[in-house]
Amino acid sequence: MLYDIFIEIIGSIKRNKLRSAATGFAVTSGIFLLIVLLGAGNGVIHTLEYNVGTLALDAVYVYPGFTSNAFEGYSKEQRVQIDESDGELAQKVAPENINSYAAQFSTSVTAVTQDEKALSTTLAGVGPIFQEMMGLQVLKGRFLNDIDMKENRRVAIISETMVERLFAKDANVVGHYLTIDGSMYQIVGILKDSNSEYTQEILVPQTTLRLIYNRNKEADILVMKTKGLEQTPAFEAFESIYRKAMALKHNFSPDDTQAIYVDGGSSQAETMDTAFSLIRSSFWFLGILTLLSGVTGVSNIMLISVKERTHEFGIRKAIGAKPWQIILMVILESVLITTIFGYIGMLLGIVFCQWMDASVGGSTMDIGVESIQYFQDPTVGLDICIEATIIMIVAGAIAGFFPARKAAHIKPIEALLAR
Amino acid sequence: MIHLRNIHKTYHNGADLHVLKGIDLDIEPGEFVAIMGASGSGKSTLLNILGILDNYDEGEYILDNTLIKNLSENKAAHYRNHMIGFVFQSFNLISFKDAQENVALPLFYQGVGRKKRNELALQQLEKVGLTNWAHHYPNEMSGGQKQRVAIARALITHPRIILADEPTGALDSKTTIEVMELLKELNRQGMTIVMVTHEKDVAHQAGRIVHIVDGQIDYIEDLRTTKP
Repeated sequence: MLYDIFIEIIGSIKRNKLRSAATGFAVTSGIFLLIVLLGAGNGVIHTLEYNVGTLALDAVYVYPGFTSNAFEGYSKEQRVQIDESDGELAQKVAPENINSYAAQFSTSVTAVTQDEKALSTTLAGVGPIFQEMMGLQVLKGRFLNDIDMKENRRVAIISETMVERLFAKDANVVGHYLTIDGSMYQIVGILKDSNSEYTQEILVPQTTLRLIYNRNKEADILVMKTKGLEQTPAFEAFESIYRKAMALKHNFSPDDTQAIYVDGGSSQAETMDTAFSLIRSSFWFLGILTLLSGVTGVSNIMLISVKERTHEFGIRKAIGAKPWQIILMVILESVLITTIFGYIGMLLGIVFCQWMDASVGGSTMDIGVESIQYFQDPTVGLDICIEATIIMIVAGAIAGFFPARKAAHIKPIEALLAR
Repeated sequence: MIHLRNIHKTYHNGADLHVLKGIDLDIEPGEFVAIMGASGSGKSTLLNILGILDNYDEGEYILDNTLIKNLSENKAAHYRNHMIGFVFQSFNLISFKDAQENVALPLFYQGVGRKKRNELALQQLEKVGLTNWAHHYPNEMSGGQKQRVAIARALITHPRIILADEPTGALDSKTTIEVMELLKELNRQGMTIVMVTHEKDVAHQAGRIVHIVDGQIDYIEDLRTTKP
C-alpha cells in the first residue's frame, strides 16, 4: 500500500517537475544554511573547547566572604578570614578528596622594566606546590622553591606572553629585573603559556608578598587539588561537609552561602557546558528559522498545487478515496519533496563545511597580546545529520498538513464542476 | 435496487432554493432508466444524491438494501467505491495517468495490490475494446475512447449501479452510438444503469424515462412494453 502511495506521489511530482524543483529549492537552501550554521557553531565550540582544554578541573578554590546573617551573638557582615589551616581542615573532613592545598595572596600591581615598559597585572603570592598543582610548565629557568620562601626572596616567575609584552618575543629574560611597586624582583623562570590563570599573573613567593605588603596569614584564595570531585553530586556533598566544618570553626551559620565561596572544577565545567549548549541552541534556532521560511514556501506551493488539482482530488473522492487517504497522499508528497531536496541541501552543506575546515579551519588570529585559534573543525557529525533528517520529515509533514486538509475537504461535486 | 421515498433537497445559498420537492422512485435490478429534464429541473441534484455525492434533507434513499442517509465522509466514500460506478460527461480521467492506471484507480482505494489491479484493469479495457490503448494517456485518445475508459473504470469494482451523467454530452453522433451500444450491452448483461441526459434519442434507448420538472417527477415513460 505504502509503495503504491509512493508510486502515486512520484507520478504527481514528475508531472510538475518545475514546480517541485522550485519548491524544493527553498528547502535545499534552508537545510544548507542549517548545516553550515551548525558546522560553524561547532567550529566555535571546538575552538573554545580547545582553548580551555587544559582548565584544571581538579582544582577547588575557596574564597572568603562576609556572613549574610547574624549567628551565635555575631552580627552579620562579618568578614570570614581563611588561611592555610582551612586547607588542613578540608583534608581532615574529606581526606580521600583533598590531595594538597595552598594559600594564595594576590594584589593588583604594575610591573615596570628597566626600559620603562609597564604592565598592569596581578601579583600572586604562591608556593612551590603550585607548579605541580596547576600543571605549570617552566620553559626557562626554574619555578619557586623552598629557599625562596624561607628567605623571602624577591624573585618572580612570568609567562611567555608577558615576556613578549615587556621585553621581546622569545627574549631570554631570566636574570632580568622587574620593578613592582618600588621593589625590584629578579625573574627566575618563564612559564609556558597555558589556559591556567597563573600564566596571566606574576608569581612571587607568598612569604615575600606578605612581608612587603604587610599581610598576615589571611589568604585571598585557598587552592586545593582534589580527586573524585569532578561530578557535581560529589562536589556538592564535599562542599556541604566542608561548609559545615568551616562554619563551626569560623562561627557562621552552616547554611550561610555567602560566608565562604567554594568553586569547583565541576561547576566550571558546567558553566562551560551551559555556554556550549547556548551557542548550539542559538545556531539551531537561527537554522530552524531559515528552514521555516523554506517550509512555508513548500506549504504555500502545496496549497496552490492542491487548488490546481481540485479536479483530480474530486475525481479521486468520487471514485471512493477516503479523506484520510487524500490527506496521507498530500502529506507524504510534501515530506518526499522536503526530504529529497533537504538531502541535497544537507550534502551541499556538508561539502561546504569540509571546505571551510580545509580552508580556514584551525587557522589562528593574532590579536596583539597572543594569537588564538578561532575556528577549529567546523563540521557536523552524524548526530546532526540524523536530527536534521527528523526535522525535515516533521517539517514536511507540517508543511503538507494544511494543504492536505484543504484537499480532503474538497467536495467531489464542486470539484467535478470545476472543469 | 433503488428505492427513493419523498426526497427533498434545498440549497441554502443566500436565498433558499428548493431543488427537489418530494421524489418517489423505485428502480428494479437490471433496469436502464433515463432521467430527463430542463436544466435547473433538479435532475443533476437527483443523480448526485443517487451517487452519494450529495446529501438530502428529507425522505429515504435505499440502495441495494442499504439505507443511505447522513453518512460520514468515510462511509460515503466506501459505498461510492464499492456500490457505484460513475460515468461523467467530461470523462473525468486523470490526465497524468494512462488508461490502465485510470481504470485501476478505484481498486487502489480498496487496497488491491498493484499487480492485481493492473491485471483487472486490463481485463476491463478488453471488455470495452481498448486493450491496445492501455498505455495511452487521455490526451492521446478520442472522446469516445475516453468515455469507454471511464466506463471500464466504473465497472472495475463490480458496482451495483452505473450512474451516467450526460455520458454522450461531449461526443459526436457516431461515438454517441458506440458508447450507447456499450451501455446497452452492459444492461443486457444485468447491470442497473441510471443515466441523466437531455437528448431525446439517447433517452429513448433506455427502458424507462423519468421526466423531471421543477423538482418533481412529472411523468414516467415506460418504453419496455413498446419495444419489440
